[in-house]
Amino acid sequence: MSKTASKSNAAPLHSEGGMDYLITRQRKFVTVYLPLLVFGFVLLFPFYWMTITTFKSNDDLYDYEKHSPFWVSNPTLANVKKLLFDTAYPDWLFNTMLVAVSSTFLSLFASVFAAYAIERLRFKSSRWVGLGIYAGYLVPPSILFIPLASMVFSLGLFDTRWALILTYPTFLIPFCTWLLMGYFKSIPYELEECALIDGATRLQILFKIILPLAVPGLISAGIFAFTLSWNEFIYALTFISSSEVKTVPVGVLTELVDGDVYKWGSLMAGALFGSIPVVVLYSFFVEYYVAGMTGAIKE
Amino acid sequence: MATGLSVLGRLNNSANALGFVFMLPAATMLLVFLTYPLGLGLWLGLTDTKIGRSGEFIGLANYKSLFDDSVFWLVVFNTIFYTAVSSFFKLFLGLWLAILLNQNIACKSFVRSVLLLPFIVPTTLSAIAFWWMYDSQFSIISWVLLKLGVIDKYINFLGDGWNARFSVIAANIWRGTPFVAISLLAGLQTISPSLYEAATIDGATPWHRFRFITLPLLTPIIAIVMTFSVLFTFTDFQLIYVITRGGPVNATHLMATLSFQRAIQGGQLAEGAAIAMAMVPFLVGAVLISFFGLQRRAWQQGAKD
Repeated sequence: MSKTASKSNAAPLHSEGGMDYLITRQRKFVTVYLPLLVFGFVLLFPFYWMTITTFKSNDDLYDYEKHSPFWVSNPTLANVKKLLFDTAYPDWLFNTMLVAVSSTFLSLFASVFAAYAIERLRFKSSRWVGLGIYAGYLVPPSILFIPLASMVFSLGLFDTRWALILTYPTFLIPFCTWLLMGYFKSIPYELEECALIDGATRLQILFKIILPLAVPGLISAGIFAFTLSWNEFIYALTFISSSEVKTVPVGVLTELVDGDVYKWGSLMAGALFGSIPVVVLYSFFVEYYVAGMTGAIKE
Repeated sequence: MATGLSVLGRLNNSANALGFVFMLPAATMLLVFLTYPLGLGLWLGLTDTKIGRSGEFIGLANYKSLFDDSVFWLVVFNTIFYTAVSSFFKLFLGLWLAILLNQNIACKSFVRSVLLLPFIVPTTLSAIAFWWMYDSQFSIISWVLLKLGVIDKYINFLGDGWNARFSVIAANIWRGTPFVAISLLAGLQTISPSLYEAATIDGATPWHRFRFITLPLLTPIIAIVMTFSVLFTFTDFQLIYVITRGGPVNATHLMATLSFQRAIQGGQLAEGAAIAMAMVPFLVGAVLISFFGLQRRAWQQGAKD
């Protein structure tokens, strides 16, 4: 923190930094980096805590005086081992993956056609259908789960993965359709008109012209839909009762908590390993994810 | 195959027929699993259905009994309090974080992606981490505050009504702030820097620039983001179900958790459906306020439809 970065001589160095030359480095540290550090600490601490708890032995876990709580003095894999071999955790992970992938593909399939129809075919009252789908996005699962539970029961789907695969698209389709409509809108009409003149059918246009150009949109919608279904809780909690068909969030909460003896170690391990797949996927597609999130809002 | 081709050919040329066919998968899914359940929920709320027993129409009896139910009114208060306080802080902190992220900072996109993590990780799982951090005996927060000499005994985070309310609100703010921040950041990036430069030359202070440039131009995005945020906070279920299950003595019960408790755990499907339906007017109100607020703003800025 030397004083060399004063107003006058910092200006030419930071010409790309907009009006940054108006503030000193010290001032920027206090007004920008310090608050960011605090935000970062608060937002990330629970994950740190989750991670180190996973690898703590019971001695570490329940005795803060002898062992500093912020570090693992005797790392152990006992919690992870217990989670993977003594519980149905691998099953839950498999179920979550299966349900998330299936409902994502189902929703993408339906949304691609719907978005193309609304945005490009411009059929009669397509505008209202588009608004109706947007309204569907505003219906939260917590007002639908009771009637859906009674439907799932009478359809004989209770306690099966189908109950989740078929109900998740209710919140995925509106989102994906709306996002894809935005992407389709940005593709020039002329491309489509040329193809029509050359005798292409609408289906060919959709698959050979529109979709290849909308790949970023498809990835955004897919990633977002996948994480939404991975995170879903209330339907999975209501429609599933057997351990072997549970998803990770429900399994961890209902089967790893028994009575008053909280198994914090294995609970945290369950939370950590349930989060890793989405975090890994997210880290590969951050830009698409952010585009999906902000795109759906800006529309 | 000649007729088949001609049918396809005609289909290809009619926007309405083709539109209908293309809409079919999405429309079927949404009508069967979204629109129908909405109606069914409304109907269930007017019956006396229990789990395993189909009910009969009893009019508004469920709503009448809810009206006289002090627990229901406590839960309505909790829900409004929870939504109002956490939405206020999410907007304030989210806007602040968005403005920070909009500065020239090192490793901008990395910082941005890392700070979005609370929103990515399944809420249930991060809520379990909060539950552990709020533990009455082994809370790390209490431990640190005790060592720093701020408090002299462990905080009873989840055992006391108001403590529990603020604890779950804190967890909700933690999860929602990154979403608000990243969405608002996208809005901030569309504001032209030349506006700020011009204002600075005219002698505007940072507060003036925020108040008269950032805020007005950001209002439409703020309205949409906050509508979503309010909608999903009002109907929140996961955080409460994981951290407190509505306790202590219903102090943190929200309408969604109460309807789950009565309908699924208590078996009173109809009563649960009535509670869930009672959320609808609030949600419609929130959407309308934001919609008309937004319209007015767009009109003031001279925007056409």
